[in-house]
Amino acid sequence: MSRAITTITPARGRNIELLLTALALGVVVLAYVNVTVAQDGEIPPDLLGHAGVLGLIALGVHLVLRWRASFADPIILPVVTLLNGIGLVMIHRLDLAAGKDFTSGLASRQVLWTGLGVAIALIVLVTLRDHRTLRGLTYTSGLLALIFIAMPLTPLGHTVYGARIWIKLGLFTFQPAEVAKILLAIFFAGYLVQTRDMLALAGRKFMGISFPRARDLGPLLIACVVAALVLVLENDFGTTLLLFGLFVAMLYVATERISWIVLGLGFAAIGAFIAYQFASHIRTRILCWTDTFSQEGAEQCGQLATGIMGMAAGGISGTGLGRGRPWLTPLPESDFIFTSLAEELGLIGVFAIILLYALLIERGLRSAIGLRDGFGKLLATGLTFVLAIQVFVVIGGVTRVIPLTGLTLPFVAYGGSSLLTNWTLVAILLRISDHARRPEPEFDPASMDAPTQVVKTR
Amino acid sequence: MNQPIRRLSMLVAAMFVAILASSTWIQVLGAQEINNADGNRRTQLENYARERGEILLGGQPIATSEPSQDDLQWQRVYPHPETYSHVTGYYSFTYGPGGGVEGAADGLLSGRDDKLFYDRITGTIAGRTPKGASLELTIRPEVQRAAKEALGDQRGAVVALDPRTGAILAMVSHPDYDPNGLVSHDAEVEKETWERLTSAPGNPLVNRTIEGNLYPPGSVFKIITAAAALEDGEWDADSTLPGPANLDLPQTEVGLPNHGGLACGPGDEVAFDIAMQDSCNTAFGWLGMELGGEKIREQASQFGFGDDLEVPMEVAPSTIPKDLSPPQEAQVAIGQYEVRVTPLQVAMVSAAVANDGDVMRPYMIQSVLGSDLSTIDETNPEQLSEAMDSSTSDELTEMMELVVSNGTGTQAAVPGVSVAGKTGTAEHAPDASPHAWFTGFAPSDNPEIAVAVVVEEGGRAGSEAYGGAVAGPISSAVMKAALE
Repeated sequence: MSRAITTITPARGRNIELLLTALALGVVVLAYVNVTVAQDGEIPPDLLGHAGVLGLIALGVHLVLRWRASFADPIILPVVTLLNGIGLVMIHRLDLAAGKDFTSGLASRQVLWTGLGVAIALIVLVTLRDHRTLRGLTYTSGLLALIFIAMPLTPLGHTVYGARIWIKLGLFTFQPAEVAKILLAIFFAGYLVQTRDMLALAGRKFMGISFPRARDLGPLLIACVVAALVLVLENDFGTTLLLFGLFVAMLYVATERISWIVLGLGFAAIGAFIAYQFASHIRTRILCWTDTFSQEGAEQCGQLATGIMGMAAGGISGTGLGRGRPWLTPLPESDFIFTSLAEELGLIGVFAIILLYALLIERGLRSAIGLRDGFGKLLATGLTFVLAIQVFVVIGGVTRVIPLTGLTLPFVAYGGSSLLTNWTLVAILLRISDHARRPEPEFDPASMDAPTQVVKTR
Repeated sequence: MNQPIRRLSMLVAAMFVAILASSTWIQVLGAQEINNADGNRRTQLENYARERGEILLGGQPIATSEPSQDDLQWQRVYPHPETYSHVTGYYSFTYGPGGGVEGAADGLLSGRDDKLFYDRITGTIAGRTPKGASLELTIRPEVQRAAKEALGDQRGAVVALDPRTGAILAMVSHPDYDPNGLVSHDAEVEKETWERLTSAPGNPLVNRTIEGNLYPPGSVFKIITAAAALEDGEWDADSTLPGPANLDLPQTEVGLPNHGGLACGPGDEVAFDIAMQDSCNTAFGWLGMELGGEKIREQASQFGFGDDLEVPMEVAPSTIPKDLSPPQEAQVAIGQYEVRVTPLQVAMVSAAVANDGDVMRPYMIQSVLGSDLSTIDETNPEQLSEAMDSSTSDELTEMMELVVSNGTGTQAAVPGVSVAGKTGTAEHAPDASPHAWFTGFAPSDNPEIAVAVVVEEGGRAGSEAYGGAVAGPISSAVMKAALE
């Protein structure tokens, strides 16, 4: 590998980031005005206060990035600000429809969670100076992830809508699996970067594809067992899909072997078949997926059906913010916030939102490609892919590409655990992107890969 | 590791294309179908949020919308609920639009119909609030009221047509109902009303004039048999027909008796016009066998039997069975066996005789008015078929005049006006009283109205019922109201 040696400082993009973030805020403020004008016929009196709070939150992240990660990707913060802001406006709009004002509704709590999420993100950015530090936490992360996943099974667990994925601590409910996805990404990245050579090279060929040795299948089998347990004991189809998809994708990136995907999909198919045979709620999900509007489906798929009817009512241009009837769908601010947005913003808004996610994911994968250390590459890929799966599973679920599951749309849907986790995830991505884009100090041995350091003789 | 990351990004791209495609499908390509799906509450609310057009008679509403303070924004009101219940129908939030014009012309009233495209565009440009089209009906209030009053609390139906155009002048079905209970914004009231009406004896929600294919026509069918015979050319009004007290039916042990068990004339013979005047069963039974089932069916279909009509409500087609044996031919010729008619079809038969043999397509919507009350569409009278020559209809008119002047239908007479008609007493079940029928038109020399009346199971007269005595006065009252 040859490196171009240059004296020109590459663009850091912080000013672009500031401009785009201001633009994102402007869109959110306009949307907020739009909602209140549609509902009350007047510009909200507390507009400056609300815009100010959001502005301060975004500005805070921006300033910390200037201070501690000046080469971080400048697109990520504006995109996340916009998504988070659109979600807030929609939740506020649904509060108004339910006859609640800002303080008594869910929106104020979502602002609080946003603030907390950003605070944690800032702590991560300030304390985590180099993502490679996380490699040292490989096994700790793995263990913590298992504990978090298993938490709802303890007496702390709390069942909502048939899924035992919550824990209750006093007034707060929390979805520990949300945190587990970051921890698992760290664990997989650390584990796979160690074992990838063995996993990739040992094996025998069958039908033109070289399959791994039975003894190397261990990690995959463990992942399957964990996923299956989550599915069966906690009734959480979405998280199962998420964790399993994450693992197979990272395994593939680490080993560059299609055979891992074939094996993973094979296990998944077997698992899905068994689940279909033994779990009635899975059969219901499949029925609703294929036959949402059927007579049989009418009783059990009402939520999905009304969500889709909401989207259809929106059409291409939408009913306009504050002018649709998204509250007719159950859970319009959490699991079905996508259909709420689709109804009022129309297909144009839907495309904009999906493309914002696409942009975010593209920036994440670009950072992964730009990095030079294997651990970082795997971690960035894993964290980004988690976002991608989550967006796909949620939107694909409510638009009937796949059976409906109970995941939340990152940054947009109402929910504290989701916001905290995703802001943390973005903080790590920002840190990684800073590393990926930062020009290498030409004679600084500290930037060398960790294994290289081991051979140093000094 | 860059190669697999690039491949993974291809997978992500595919996933995103899938959700873009599914969203496009739902919001654009499949949106129409989903919006029209049963139980789509958003579409319902959308329709209710827009002001629905009025249903008008001479500019006066019989169904209108008033602003309401709740979610639905508009409250449907029926100012004369019972009189017009089967004309207007109802526009229920829970049970949808139905029962009459509300259901059959929902697209126009709600403003969704394609006919209103131009009106919607100009309305948008002119800045008018979108509103459904209003419908001016052909019903004449005084005729409708007279029909309702004359029928009173008897189960049955009255329908009146303008024979020259096919315009429906009155449409009364009893038992009726109050549609206001079905359009309440209180779901409990709606539900309670619906359950009471659907379980009520006599099915008040059924429009007996056009729905259900309920009635055997009895002797009013003799008009059709007579038309077939006259058209056949072998008989005229003066022809002599056999008219014994009891007609022998081949292949059976039983005969076909006359009402009262008497012969229709001396020497068991009767003139064709007198057979009509006295509703002689044996003479018409004999004619039926002479003509054969096919000719009778053919004649009936020229009057509109078997046609799918919309007035705009769907009309149940009237029917005659196929492949008749001779005794069945005799039965069919007097309107028994499995002949089933709607009162509207019977009125169309009288109207055709009145209108020189031409059957006009019946209709009830005179004009469609845009949101600025300009006329968007107007119904032009349209000929449905030609049932007979005008010479036949003239001959038949004379025979039917005899029925009212000297025969079974004297109680249908209207003072100062010549009326042509035919009575019917239709047996429909062994132990039940027969249905009483009358159909006719007036003035017979210059017809303005054709009427069909049926009173189920003899109405107040019960087993003593004869069509002329029970249904005749009702027809008389309706004609009187129309001609005054």
